[in-house]
Amino acid sequence: MKKLMLTAGAILALTAGPAMAQKSVKIGFIGTFSGPTAVIGNDMRNSFELALDHLGRKMGGLPVEVIYEDDQQKPEIGKQKSEKLIQSDKVDFVTGYLWSNVLLASIKPVVDSKTFLISANAGPHQIAGELCSPYFFSTSWQNDQTPQAMGLYMNQKGVKTLYLLGPNYAAGKDMMSGVAATFKGKVIGQELTKWPDQLDFSAELSKVKAAKPDAVFVFYPGAAGVQFLNQYAQAGLKGVIPLYTAFTIDSLSLPRQKDLALGVPGAQQWVNDLPFPASKKFVADFRAKHKTTPSFYGSQAYDAANLINSAVVAVKGDLTKKDAMRVEMKKANYASVRGPYKYGNNHFPIQNFYLQDVVKDAAGELTLKTVATIIKDSQDQYHGKCAMK
Amino acid sequence: MLLLIEQCLNGLQFGLLLFLLAAGLTLVFGIMDLVNLAHGSFYMLGAFLAATFAAWTGSFFLGVVLGLLATLAVGMVVDLVALRRLYGRNHLDHVLGTFGLILFFNELVRLIWGPAGLNLTLPAWLNTSVELLGGIRYPTYRLGIIVVALAVALFLYVLVMRTRIGMLIRAGASNREMVGALGINIKLLYTLVFGLGAALAGLAGVMQTPILTAQIGMGENILILAFVVIIIGGIGSVRGAFIASIFVGLVDTIGRAFLPDLFKLVLSSAAASTAGPALSSMLIYFLMAVVLVLRPEGLFPVAGK
Amino acid sequence: MNAVLTVRGLVIIALVVALALVPLYVVLAGNYFPLTLFTRIVILAMAATSLNFILGYGGMVSFGHAAYLGIGGYAVGIVAFEGVYSGYLQWPLALAASALSALVIGALCLRTRGVYFIMVTLAFAQMVYYIAVGLDRYGADDGMTIYRRSEFGGIVDLSNKIVFYYVCLALLLGSIYLTWRLVNSRFGMVVCGARSNDRRMRAIGFPTTRYRLTAFVIAGSMCGLAGALLANHTEFMSPAVMHWTRSGDLIVMVVLGGMGSLFGPLIGAVTLLVLEEVLSDVTEYWQIIVGPLFLLVVLFARGGIDGLLAGANRD
Repeated sequence: MKKLMLTAGAILALTAGPAMAQKSVKIGFIGTFSGPTAVIGNDMRNSFELALDHLGRKMGGLPVEVIYEDDQQKPEIGKQKSEKLIQSDKVDFVTGYLWSNVLLASIKPVVDSKTFLISANAGPHQIAGELCSPYFFSTSWQNDQTPQAMGLYMNQKGVKTLYLLGPNYAAGKDMMSGVAATFKGKVIGQELTKWPDQLDFSAELSKVKAAKPDAVFVFYPGAAGVQFLNQYAQAGLKGVIPLYTAFTIDSLSLPRQKDLALGVPGAQQWVNDLPFPASKKFVADFRAKHKTTPSFYGSQAYDAANLINSAVVAVKGDLTKKDAMRVEMKKANYASVRGPYKYGNNHFPIQNFYLQDVVKDAAGELTLKTVATIIKDSQDQYHGKCAMK
Repeated sequence: MLLLIEQCLNGLQFGLLLFLLAAGLTLVFGIMDLVNLAHGSFYMLGAFLAATFAAWTGSFFLGVVLGLLATLAVGMVVDLVALRRLYGRNHLDHVLGTFGLILFFNELVRLIWGPAGLNLTLPAWLNTSVELLGGIRYPTYRLGIIVVALAVALFLYVLVMRTRIGMLIRAGASNREMVGALGINIKLLYTLVFGLGAALAGLAGVMQTPILTAQIGMGENILILAFVVIIIGGIGSVRGAFIASIFVGLVDTIGRAFLPDLFKLVLSSAAASTAGPALSSMLIYFLMAVVLVLRPEGLFPVAGK
Repeated sequence: MNAVLTVRGLVIIALVVALALVPLYVVLAGNYFPLTLFTRIVILAMAATSLNFILGYGGMVSFGHAAYLGIGGYAVGIVAFEGVYSGYLQWPLALAASALSALVIGALCLRTRGVYFIMVTLAFAQMVYYIAVGLDRYGADDGMTIYRRSEFGGIVDLSNKIVFYYVCLALLLGSIYLTWRLVNSRFGMVVCGARSNDRRMRAIGFPTTRYRLTAFVIAGSMCGLAGALLANHTEFMSPAVMHWTRSGDLIVMVVLGGMGSLFGPLIGAVTLLVLEEVLSDVTEYWQIIVGPLFLLVVLFARGGIDGLLAGANRD
């Protein structure tokens, strides 16, 4: 057996020849395409495809090939699929990544292979801080940023005591620390529920009721957001204790939350009525093609495609020039649907956050509306821990 | 104190819901000696079917009734087509075969209804909360679940203890061959019991839907809890399942509500809020292990097994 | 084992040779993914082999065997997290931790029989699972990344993927050999005998519970070693490794391949995982094919694939 090992090693050394000439841009996309949260994955995929359509399905003159892989919302599956994309499909970019725990499990093999990873959603604090990488970029946010904005808004509203509810996983904990970072009142209780299994919040809501806070902050993405608002109303808390949210109400969950979401504020870096031309085009064409309104998840995937395109165009399709591509992406030199933004040293956006509200439009349909800018040019609180300049 | 009472109500409601699932499971287990992992699939199918029928008919109650009948039918078909052939095999074959059925039903539901899941909207009068004695406001619908589940428990008690079918069920649980030898059409009895179990699971699923919405794979986590219940209660014993499910419901809910606070007394806040929920989920398994180590056949073993 | 030149013997030899040649293919094709896939298959086959020892031969249906996979893996992960990378410490620790937990769990579980045994092993596995979920320092629910593989002072370099694959394959074949030796020893005879008639074995003077417990501990530690390999392979550990469906997967591998057959678990693991990989490329709805397939195997292929290969007249 030892002999065989040596032979194999020798062959390995011989076949490591020069890279082949580039014929296409290969992009791997990790998302959740099965299970209840596939709704989000599909919205991201549709937006990514729309972006490619808008680019004529070419980047820097090269045709684009995308390979979609399903992470089943499980970290170890996401990691395995990421390895497959790199080792078997030999992609030039990996993007997608809906879940923070999947991204945390997957980032090592991707950046170790010097492949660019563009996160179109997940933004765990470790990657903004000590685990930051020159091969990582985000077109979304660091997890804490959005709840930080919400914390600022709650200060404006004069909230003195607050109860926090969220799922017990990477992003859930980031959300809680995000609110705590900016909220000036007192956090009188915090519940982390088992994720994604626990969907019955009766015990937690009873505790909220008994604690009588001024307000409740929740983070329940995807279908859990629907279930939470249902139970909040059934427990008789709706309208009694004001609810503030992050990533709980979006254009995907809204059609199922219906009136329960009316008047519940949230914070977001992109809302579907932003006035930028790129955003208007994205929303209009998405509606024409899919008859639904894209979510902020979709907007980030749309931006990811355009960010990748800016890098490929800058090196005229020579994808071996990784340093040049990084320099270009760092400029965020493309028409983002959220408007212009900058990148920090850790390659997370420095961007505005808006207050969104749920209102009825002229036709009586529920829709998300931008009410105000909560904070301009917000940067995450972990960039100091990142060694990159 | 009020909080404790309210949490007990939450636990009771969860426990009774578990009972609906466990009752069917324990009957099937006790009578046909079949380990049916796919029981959770009927829970899911009930939810999806009821939500669909409710959307078609526009009526919550009509949807629920039609959904239950459809689940009953699906259960009997599954028994006729596949599971009937597994009776008399060893438990491992059951585990593998019904594990396959779980995968099949999950994908089938995804093919038919898509990945997003369905809502079942309650009538407005159920979608509020009521004031109980002592000033506790409690969700009306959750009270409704408690009432319905208690009614079902009573129905099962009468069925098993007071009717001829019940007599056969009890006889089958303690000595299968004998019932067959007495000239009873045992296959028909099996199919009926299986259908009943499926419908009970469906009812549990339907009742959860307004709270949790119908989701693919919703039956799997709760199925494990239902197994815990029937093991603690003793396989084949409906009475044991009833007591054990309330017990498990209370322990789980109260543990979840108060353990994290207890932990905060000894641990840092961050560690406590992670360890608390994790350890309270562990509590019922700990309970089951203790029961089995002390009483290897459960609390209410069926005689003659 | 004596009549090697049967269809079954040839298939097994072909399978082992094919496994040994995977790295060659990978190097020639320049595609490393099959190696990643097959390393995983070989490791899980080892876990399934350990389960087969108590399930197939000893008749103990453990529905919580993935717990030892996790315990072994976490032993490596936690030690690495604390900055110690020596495999000479990590691997014996993984073995000791899984053996000790198997001893405690087994001593309690073996008081029960039949389906109660199935469920109480599950209960203990769930407890271990939730303990891992509660480990805030080691990533809790999200798991932890392991930044360096176990180090063996320059003797073998596990970060070389081909070397690592052969280490896994050698350990798998080693555990199959160990199972063979055990099953054919006096000890194994008692364990097998206790499966078919426990009362008689006790009547002729064997303390069967002690024998069964020993078998349970051997299987647990073998699986713990597989867990240590898995941690090195995925460079990541999370409670999901111990989820009850993973224990179910291991049972599926054993039953699919053939219970109480030396190479059955290996055949089962290869079949299941390759099928999963191939079918999931063909259709998103691959489980709708795999599910009924399990049912068909149960209904028409008693004795699993290995039973089919050996023909109906085995036993």
